[in-house]
Amino acid sequence: MSAALATFRSNARTVRGALPNWVWAALLIGLAIIYPFITDSIDLPIIGGHDNLLDASIQTLGYIIMALGLNIVVGMAGLLDLGYVAFYAIGAYTAAWLASPHFAGYGISFDLGSVAEPAILRVGGIHLSIWLVLIAAGLLTALVGVIIGLPTLRLRGDYLAIVTLGFGEILPQVARNGDTDGLGFNLTNGPPGINPIDPPGFGHWLSSHAGLPASYLSEQGTYVNFLSLMFWTALGLLLITVFCSIRLRDSRLGRAWIAIREDETAAAAMGIPLMRTKTWAYASGAFFGGIAGAWFASIKTGVFPDDFYFNISVLILCMVILGGMGNVWGVVAGAAFLEYLNLEGIANFNGWMNDHVLVCDPSKQDPSSVISGGCLNAPLVTFGIYGVIIVLVMLLRPQGLFPEQRRKLEFETGVHDTPIQDETA
Amino acid sequence: MTTDILTTRSLHKEFGGLLAVDHVDFTIPRDSTVSLIGPNGAGKTTFFNMLTGVYKPTSGQVEFDGEDITGRPPHAITERGIGRTFQNIRLFQQMSALENVLVGMHARLRGGIFASVVRTPRIRREEERARKTAQELLAYCGLAGRGEIYARNLPYGDQRRLEVARALATQPKLLLLDEPTAGMNPQETLDFIGFVHKLREDRGLTVLLIEHDMRVVMGVSDRVTVLDYVARIAEGPPSEVQKDPRVVEAYLGTRAVASG
Repeated sequence: MSAALATFRSNARTVRGALPNWVWAALLIGLAIIYPFITDSIDLPIIGGHDNLLDASIQTLGYIIMALGLNIVVGMAGLLDLGYVAFYAIGAYTAAWLASPHFAGYGISFDLGSVAEPAILRVGGIHLSIWLVLIAAGLLTALVGVIIGLPTLRLRGDYLAIVTLGFGEILPQVARNGDTDGLGFNLTNGPPGINPIDPPGFGHWLSSHAGLPASYLSEQGTYVNFLSLMFWTALGLLLITVFCSIRLRDSRLGRAWIAIREDETAAAAMGIPLMRTKTWAYASGAFFGGIAGAWFASIKTGVFPDDFYFNISVLILCMVILGGMGNVWGVVAGAAFLEYLNLEGIANFNGWMNDHVLVCDPSKQDPSSVISGGCLNAPLVTFGIYGVIIVLVMLLRPQGLFPEQRRKLEFETGVHDTPIQDETA
Repeated sequence: MTTDILTTRSLHKEFGGLLAVDHVDFTIPRDSTVSLIGPNGAGKTTFFNMLTGVYKPTSGQVEFDGEDITGRPPHAITERGIGRTFQNIRLFQQMSALENVLVGMHARLRGGIFASVVRTPRIRREEERARKTAQELLAYCGLAGRGEIYARNLPYGDQRRLEVARALATQPKLLLLDEPTAGMNPQETLDFIGFVHKLREDRGLTVLLIEHDMRVVMGVSDRVTVLDYVARIAEGPPSEVQKDPRVVEAYLGTRAVASG
């Protein structure tokens, strides 16, 4: 397999070298722009097509952003975080606070470049432009990352993982109970969640002055499908995230993260402040989690405490591990693959198997069992399928599908980060 | 300004009930090379780790360059000007030699998170300068042209050199070398003695050395301090320390003193 892979790599390099980099970039961006139009006319077996595929692509882009955020924490700085969903939640609730009628009950009414309809504006609440909301959500989530990180990042390895796991479990509970009964102040509106949140869009002002679509949802059927607008926006957010990830990786801070991952004691002896550097990693990771959270809240036009369960933390971590920890492009690939399986792939494959391979009689199918009436119901065991994928990856290719070069070496030789910490101090 | 760059006063360390370093008073004069010797388990490395902030002393004081640094975290001490190497090489194995040196320069560079993402002209210049300096340091330590090799792929002697290069990158006033010639062959050891002399002449560095190889100790030191069973037993120029009966006893036992 490795020989085939090496051949593939050298072939890929030859193909890539045939055209200058900017041509490739232009081709890829061009492809991304026409992608929403292509999906409308394709209908492939298993892969699917039409708006389902486009919708799945939009969700996937959001998850890739989160995976890249977690990659900074886990892949670059080597800090195992099992509660990343908490940052997703904070970002989503920030969007809910800053772009919904939620605070109308407290007599707050504020509008800045929002897309909200006059009927909703009359109700009140804070309505900021989605672009401001995204930035605010990123910053607020990063701040929470710092607050959470300062006491916990003193811990190493497994202990840190357990604390972050707890944090990821606590936060959704806070969201579930953060209403008038629980807090005395309606912060999260409890179990029903907050909706409607303003959808993404450029707002009335930019619409009338620059001709940009005011609200993506109200553009339905005018000149482009609203899903296309969402796709391009999500893609733009992803490109910003990739850009930041690469810049950070190649910076003084990125070097310090890798040094800490490899040997904390030596890193400290070289003048790297451990706490501050780790906290920056945590905050940067949280920043992108917050942006993705706000984006999801905006396109779903609602936020519900039940959206933020532990499985999401695990799923995002799986994306990072599958793709290859530390490698930006590997993580993008891993996240795209897993989230696509989650949304469309498994269900489509299942349907295809039932139609073409198995002798399926839908009238005899029991929807609660995996195999019944000759039919397969694989989506019931989606997480089981992930489990199998991850176990296979761990057995056959523990460094991930597209490992960062040095991560690969670490898996071959192991890191020797033996602490010589002072236990008595 | 005092003539001593580093002073310890009654520096003391216990691990639980185990005594590791017993109230040691110790000084390093500016611009000198001092060796710390003693049998295995005498507490040399523990002493080193207290100077560099890896361990917090149970009691006592460390003063560096006129400032009390007792109990400060390692990075703060490095920033003030103490660079170190490790007894068992602790390079960042999966980083290139150049990157290792760049990590050593961390405290001397300013690039913050926002400037790094935007890559401002100032950051761009700083990175370029840092890379150039790092290349020069590698060349200075005899590693010219090996900057792109992963640290783990370097031969043993080069790894030792890289540790020194990385420590020099922190721009130390005082360089602590923990058994730098361990595992070197006689020729490499000889080269190393020359290198320490060169360091002092070119860079005006004060050097503290933990060493077992007496040729190195006698070859480079102005002063030797002997630790035995956690306490300081002798201090002085190499020629005197060599004759001190307590030192001979510590290394060779009492009969050696009697017959010697």
